[in-house]
Amino acid sequence: MTKTAVKHRVIIDTEMCKGCTLCIAYCPKKVLKESEHLNKAGYHYAEPENLDQCTGCLICTLVCPEVVIEVYDE
Amino acid sequence: MKLKNAWPKYYKKGVVTHYCPGCGHGIVHRIVAEVLEELDLGKRAIGVNPAGCAVLAYLYFDFDVIESAHGRGTAIATGIKRSRPDLFVFTYQGDGDLSAIGTAETIHSANRGENICVIFINNAVYGMTGGQLAPTTLIDMKTTTTPLGRDPKYDGYPLHITDVVAQFPGVVYAERVAVDGPAGIRKTKKAITNAFKTQVEGLGYSIIEVLSPCPTNWKLSPVDSFKWVTEVMMKEFPTGVLTDKRPGKE
Repeated sequence: MTKTAVKHRVIIDTEMCKGCTLCIAYCPKKVLKESEHLNKAGYHYAEPENLDQCTGCLICTLVCPEVVIEVYDE
Repeated sequence: MKLKNAWPKYYKKGVVTHYCPGCGHGIVHRIVAEVLEELDLGKRAIGVNPAGCAVLAYLYFDFDVIESAHGRGTAIATGIKRSRPDLFVFTYQGDGDLSAIGTAETIHSANRGENICVIFINNAVYGMTGGQLAPTTLIDMKTTTTPLGRDPKYDGYPLHITDVVAQFPGVVYAERVAVDGPAGIRKTKKAITNAFKTQVEGLGYSIIEVLSPCPTNWKLSPVDSFKWVTEVMMKEFPTGVLTDKRPGKE
């Protein structure tokens, strides 16, 4: 499988994330995953996994209650 | 790299909210800040906070917010709007605040047709005090004060306060929406935009009821609580426009 170029970048403020996993559940392309590590508040924060699948639809930013997700065009 | 989603101008940056993970308040707060920015109202907006989970919302909004006594949000908003009609005034209230202790203020401000907006967050429990029975609690729903489920013979039936006030001639726009996924969040934003425009155009009272998830007191995960809003709560509280008396929309 050839790896497609990353067109969008998802940057998550991991210290402000509360690990509610809504962005992971509602991402249509399953780009995000729950981290194995904890942040300072003790939450398993969300982190991007396969960014090449991201279409930049902004659904993760729509459902995030904490406004911690930023999506950039490459 | 170009940022696709700009931070809402009237939402404070770098502040961690006190809300539980997956709470609907954070989403509705962001929507309010976004709509105020889009309609260019932030400089002359005054929000009125309730007692309840959203009591500390003034820490998160970057415009003027006043704190009200429990349930008296619409009375305070009436005073602000009547003394300064040039300002944009909205209240942000929960179900314990608006439909329990503040029923009288809510009904009479709606009956007077005050030119204010009301954002009513309905999560079917008293969130801040630990999940007790609220007037909006669903039948057979377990809370800390109804451990066997709400029995209508003893505790009464869920109160549909938005349906009540929607019948009044002074209420111009009333809609019930739900924070239950991306589509519901987009509809919530559209409803709040319509309500805010109603006041800007000077038409009168508007109320938006938002069915909002409370994962902690429902004892569900955030994702399951979103599904619970769709599958259980929307059966008792169907979403949609309840009244729309704006000119050209009747």
